[in-house]
Amino acid sequence: MSKVIIEFKDVCKSFNGLLVHNGINLSIVEGEIISLLGGSGSGKSVLLKELIGLMKPDKGDIVVFGKNVAQMKEDALIKLREHVGMLFQGSALFDSLTVFENIAYPLREHLHLTEGEIWERVAEKLRLVGLSGIETKMPDELSGGMKKRVGLARAIATEPDIILYDEPTTGLDPMTAQRINELIIELRRKLGITTIVVTHDLHCVKTVSDRIAMLYEGKIVTVGAWETLAASNIKAVKDFISGNICD
Amino acid sequence: MQRNILLSIDVASKKFILSVGQATILAVKGFAGIFLPPFNLKLIFREVDNFGAGSLLLVDTIALFTGMVMALQTIYGLSMYGAEMYVGSVVSLTLVRELGPVLTSIMVGARVGSGIAAEIGSMQVTEQIDAMRALGASPIKKLVAPKILAGMITLPLLTVTADIIGIFGGMIIALFELEIDHVFYINSVLTTIKISDLLSGIGKTVFFGFLIAVLGCYFGLRTTGGTTGVGRSTTITVVTISILILISDFFLTKLFLIVF
Repeated sequence: MSKVIIEFKDVCKSFNGLLVHNGINLSIVEGEIISLLGGSGSGKSVLLKELIGLMKPDKGDIVVFGKNVAQMKEDALIKLREHVGMLFQGSALFDSLTVFENIAYPLREHLHLTEGEIWERVAEKLRLVGLSGIETKMPDELSGGMKKRVGLARAIATEPDIILYDEPTTGLDPMTAQRINELIIELRRKLGITTIVVTHDLHCVKTVSDRIAMLYEGKIVTVGAWETLAASNIKAVKDFISGNICD
Repeated sequence: MQRNILLSIDVASKKFILSVGQATILAVKGFAGIFLPPFNLKLIFREVDNFGAGSLLLVDTIALFTGMVMALQTIYGLSMYGAEMYVGSVVSLTLVRELGPVLTSIMVGARVGSGIAAEIGSMQVTEQIDAMRALGASPIKKLVAPKILAGMITLPLLTVTADIIGIFGGMIIALFELEIDHVFYINSVLTTIKISDLLSGIGKTVFFGFLIAVLGCYFGLRTTGGTTGVGRSTTITVVTISILILISDFFLTKLFLIVF
């Protein structure tokens, strides 16, 4: 649990003159679950998208498996993405494809498997997220929680080394949210995946995280276990945890 | 005040140049994507079906009535000189060289272009395009290239059917209004239309098909702002496609007049 596999080094990013990241520095070690906490618009999701090259930082380096993502060309990024799964906020399932085709999508892109092997792999991942037998359903036939779990099955289809969760429990009822939290922990336990969770759901953070990083005004203001955060004297952290409106 | 106006013009012109640049890059990458493996025939057939089969009835209905209206107007005009027997020649030449390609392209542009912008725009605002990239696929290869190829293949074919149906519409009017023998009408069409007329008309539609697909994809991909943004993208796609088809038609007509 000590090998650093992801490093954000002085990452800066702005949109239309609005500074979202103002020198982000963060190291993530292999196999840990780290949560990125912060208010809406604090740039948490942008950080995930920068990590897999969907967005480029204006300045700074993002080193994943020893390679700088910020400098990578599209071909190299495609290779990297085989090892990084991402669960999007709204699940981002392809509307026109069945559940099977959605989960099979990264397998067809990255791996040279036979059709039988793909069916087997899809069934296995659906079993893992507790949704066996829904291969032929379309995304619009699924509930919000089921969509999240299918999105998760798709994200882990290639058995990645890193998985990124963008607001995994947002908009879900407490029972389904808890099921997703358990899945995050279970997947790390079973597959040893390094996990980054972006959320502002404090219950999710407390339940799943080894460490928590809090983003505020474009910087990471504190990193540590939940107890460290709870004991923090930083006003922004205290306000966020207690639900006060930050200045 | 004057300075503000100048500043606005400056910003607007920079945005316009940037948009043209981005659309051009997308067009080049999308066109190149047609020739780069792997080739997914299923995707191409789906797009050809969407472009072609879905538009066939619409295009041919409009062509039929356009041909009929043209015949009525032509008979009216030519009757002043006692030349109404040449209705077949005038209707067919106008349809094949100009009206068939342009009307078909504008109708398909409105139907398919807006559909492409809405489809890709919805995918953009629901992060499906990001998901596609995150899963290791290229949206250019998966979405843009098949649509460009489908547009370039199907629009000429649709135009051929529109030309035939439009000429047929003219024949119906000629039969009922002038009681011209259908064999005479068909002969006058066949002796008037040359290969160069066909090629110049259909040749234009290859470019129009390309234009419809590229603009639909471009406006779809730059969609922001949720469902309202999707609505905005579809509107601007239809307006831009219609205007650009008419503008480029002038230049292509000039070009084909020189070539043929």
